[in-house]
Amino acid sequence: MGVAKYIKNEKDAIQEVVYQSGIKVKPTYTPADLEAAGFEYESDLGDPGEYPFTRSLHPQGYRSRAWTTRQYTGFGTPEETNKRFQLMISHGQTGLNVAFDLPTQMGYDSDDPMAVGEVGRVGMAVDSLRDFEIAFKDIPLDRIGSGLTINAVASITLAMYQAVAEKFGYAKDKISATPQNDILKEMIGRGAWIFPVDDAVRLVGDSIEYAVRELPRSNPVSICGYHIRESGATPAQEIAYAFEIAKAYIDNVQARGLSAEDFVGRFSFNLNVFGNLWEQIAKFRAARKLWAKMLREEYGVQDKKKLFLRGLFGGGGSGLTKAQPENNIMRGAFYALGAALSGAQTTALCSFDEAYTIPTPRAALLSLRTLEIIMDEVGLRDTVDPLAGSYFIETLTKQMESKILEEMKQVKEIGGMVHAVASGFIQRKVAQQAYEFEKGLQDGTYVKVGVNKYTDGEEEQPDVDLHQYDESWVDRQVDNLKELRRTRDNREVTRTLKALEQATRGGKNVMPYLVECCHAYATVGEMAGVLREIFGEWKEPTIF
Amino acid sequence: MADKRIKIVVGKPGLDGHDRGAKVVALALRDAGMEVIYTGLHQSLEQIVKTAVQEAADVIGLSIMSGAHLPICRRLLEMLAAEQISDVPLVVGGVIPKQDIPKLTRMGVKGVFPGGTPFAEIVSGIQSIVTPI
Repeated sequence: MGVAKYIKNEKDAIQEVVYQSGIKVKPTYTPADLEAAGFEYESDLGDPGEYPFTRSLHPQGYRSRAWTTRQYTGFGTPEETNKRFQLMISHGQTGLNVAFDLPTQMGYDSDDPMAVGEVGRVGMAVDSLRDFEIAFKDIPLDRIGSGLTINAVASITLAMYQAVAEKFGYAKDKISATPQNDILKEMIGRGAWIFPVDDAVRLVGDSIEYAVRELPRSNPVSICGYHIRESGATPAQEIAYAFEIAKAYIDNVQARGLSAEDFVGRFSFNLNVFGNLWEQIAKFRAARKLWAKMLREEYGVQDKKKLFLRGLFGGGGSGLTKAQPENNIMRGAFYALGAALSGAQTTALCSFDEAYTIPTPRAALLSLRTLEIIMDEVGLRDTVDPLAGSYFIETLTKQMESKILEEMKQVKEIGGMVHAVASGFIQRKVAQQAYEFEKGLQDGTYVKVGVNKYTDGEEEQPDVDLHQYDESWVDRQVDNLKELRRTRDNREVTRTLKALEQATRGGKNVMPYLVECCHAYATVGEMAGVLREIFGEWKEPTIF
Repeated sequence: MADKRIKIVVGKPGLDGHDRGAKVVALALRDAGMEVIYTGLHQSLEQIVKTAVQEAADVIGLSIMSGAHLPICRRLLEMLAAEQISDVPLVVGGVIPKQDIPKLTRMGVKGVFPGGTPFAEIVSGIQSIVTPI
């Protein structure tokens, strides 16, 4: 959804515009608005590449480098996924973002009773290092970075990525993995959590601490405002909650004796682009500035490069509709425009059929082409932060800053993000907002083309070629898994799992032990099983 | 007969974590005066049935976004029969393609409310299922 609220008169003239974040928008903006907002170029913007980076992290923006494109990709077996990776790369995609199936995300092997019906359905099934060897075959891991959309078992998956790179002969300081690894947002709005909050945050801290030393090109965490927004948060809340989550992880790692300066430069973000164009652009500009300010003023980070808000700005799923799915192609183009006007380093688009299922190759390529056209044809690489100086955009950016800070203050006041999530405060809030938005959609307060305006009148399901789930993938995956268990060195598996257990109980950093387990071909289910045994599972707070 | 609040168990079966729809519908049903027990995520069908039995629910609602609605509903109906509570109607919502609605109905699912169904329709649908004329 994410559309603004428009109050119109009977002649369809707009009388009032209110953005989701709570900002009222005027018909006209002039220099007087900038003055009233106290706008000052040096302190509010700085030149591109200069603190506080409002305009851009880099002096030349897209002139030096086009954005990295990473369509979310993965389904079925590792073979199928490898084929789709190669297809996308051959069409110009410059990075990977791996989708895993739910059993993998939840730490279950493909033959676990809990996995029934889900193997290879929403992403690739991964049971062991063997599957990574197949999935990443012929992918130049020193040139192509991989986002890994994995959270509860991110430490396992990151270890496995290091293991497969080593197996293929790449040095671990040359590879670039970005495990999403943001468990707090799972607990708010994505649902793929396993362990209780404190243990889950410990695992995040372990992977950050480890990556800083051992995987210097990797980004051990990608804090996701994206899903928080998908759950019902406003754009201002999206940034506020993402920053408060970041603080929780920073604090966890600092408590181990490192200083933020040592590691925060490898943090990345995954932020959402849908809904009102201007609100998104102002949001990202304000976010860059606030992140840099926060790190410098609250954490004493000095090195300019470590103040960068690096991230994937893209999406956004809940902007798309099932009705009239081809409209989503156009929506994607506008979201891509928003991302480019916001200076996104990395981007991706939800594909037009994604309200139904996994994208077909055609739909995925349409998304990629959209991103390529934006960069190569219509001028988004010409100059940095082209909207800077706009009376409207600069006023709006300052207003978004205030809104974000307000929302952050509220989280601080109730005791910080870990407490806010453990107690269900954030979940209740965003669910209530989601309900209000849905009511507004149903009563016409918010307009969604094809859904409550310009509806076809057709009752038929539109003619969309859909990706088909193939049951034979499951058989193949399970057969391979059984074969693996027979042929691997099971004593080595037992030894490494035992070492993992002892290290976990002993409060050690689990990462090196996980890498050993992966090399021994321990399975995801076995490794996660050790952690489950020790930590138990989170009990969600009630939200009513 | 005294006016009793309809008690509904809203369940999220399986591993899927997309719960916005389930929570939004739960809030709408609560606002419509029903007593709602939301199970939370990662429920096995056994757990959902157990909750329904413990709570003496009038109706069970499943939210399924994963595409596995046919096997899930089939299994749940079998389990209700095994517990001898087949008189507790099952309704389902989520990502349900139109062509599957007749299949679900034939199976014994009493109401299908795919994502986007207006709240008023879900509420009156459930009311008429629980208290048929």
